[in-house]
Amino acid sequence: MLMKDLSPDPSMSAAEPDRNPPAPASDGEFRRGFRAGVLSGLPFMLVVAPFGMLFGVVATAAGMDLAKVMVLTSFVIAGASQFVLIEMVSDGAPVVVAILAALAVNLRLAMYSASLAPHFAGAKVWVRAIAGYFVVDQVFGLATRRFQDRPEESRARRIGYFFGAGTPILPSWIAATAVGALAGSAIPASLPIDFAPPLTFFALAAPMIRGVPNLCAAAVAVVMALLLAGLPWSLGLLGAAASGMVTGAGVEVALARRAVRREGGA
Amino acid sequence: MSELSDAAAWAAIFALGVATYLVRASFVLFAGGREFPAWAMRLLRYVPVTVLPALAAPMAVWPRALEGETDPTRIAGVAVTVTVGILTRSLLGAIAAGLATFAALGALF
Repeated sequence: MLMKDLSPDPSMSAAEPDRNPPAPASDGEFRRGFRAGVLSGLPFMLVVAPFGMLFGVVATAAGMDLAKVMVLTSFVIAGASQFVLIEMVSDGAPVVVAILAALAVNLRLAMYSASLAPHFAGAKVWVRAIAGYFVVDQVFGLATRRFQDRPEESRARRIGYFFGAGTPILPSWIAATAVGALAGSAIPASLPIDFAPPLTFFALAAPMIRGVPNLCAAAVAVVMALLLAGLPWSLGLLGAAASGMVTGAGVEVALARRAVRREGGA
Repeated sequence: MSELSDAAAWAAIFALGVATYLVRASFVLFAGGREFPAWAMRLLRYVPVTVLPALAAPMAVWPRALEGETDPTRIAGVAVTVTVGILTRSLLGAIAAGLATFAALGALF
């Protein structure tokens, strides 16, 4: 089991040229991947909808008009940061501070972007420009899992899967925000709709926790996030994620060294 | 956003929108052809299992809806979701199990 966990991640070698063969029937490959992605993304319409509705309700309650809510939600498409912006501005924080705080929450998207980038190596600029818009939690989670599970798939198919996964998810988020903004006060306040986002984030991460290094990384991230929760500007999130990542990589390297030593001694 | 003037609110929305796009497109768009060093990829592999739980943990432990008061039924729901998610690798199964736990405990207590 240990060896399996320590074997190099197949997705790591995705950037090697021979791993990205320009498949001759690349159009068909894209379409096949796209279809698979849509199928994986469909159930998430139900998952992101409560969060989107909640945002619509909260933003409207904070005094935002429908046009602003809709432009914000379709332009930014990053629920947590949208909440941060609304809540900080409502609290009377300076706008620049509110924007910086919201942006800090979104820095995780740069990490997603970096880990997805090898799969887009060699793709056309406009494809990558549109792909940038699709880098959201759920699409990233689905795509990462797919790329890890099926390293043999062609680049076109992987990119197709990525876009396919986002196709039901992004419009569902935008539409749900509209429903929330319009329905507003009609949603009973007693409904604990706020529990959907954290539960979703945990459920996205849990299936990817495979092996000891992952478990250590996640545990350290959670503990540090709780310890650093008081830090301003979402610095706690970034500090917690960074310490979790370093822990995971450190444990991985330490276990690999121990395995090598054992083999050498035997 | 009632404290803000119309123009300031639109400017804030536009600024966050552009900045967020640049952040999420960054590596996919500008580093497309380049490979990352092995140590960077090793760290990046831990992004999903650290960032998402770190984002969610304070939300679950100190829910805003309860003005930050810790709710044992939420903690139990999260614990069940994480356990089911790790054991079954089923995302929706994990959400369903966590929600069911949360609802059942909420009905009991």
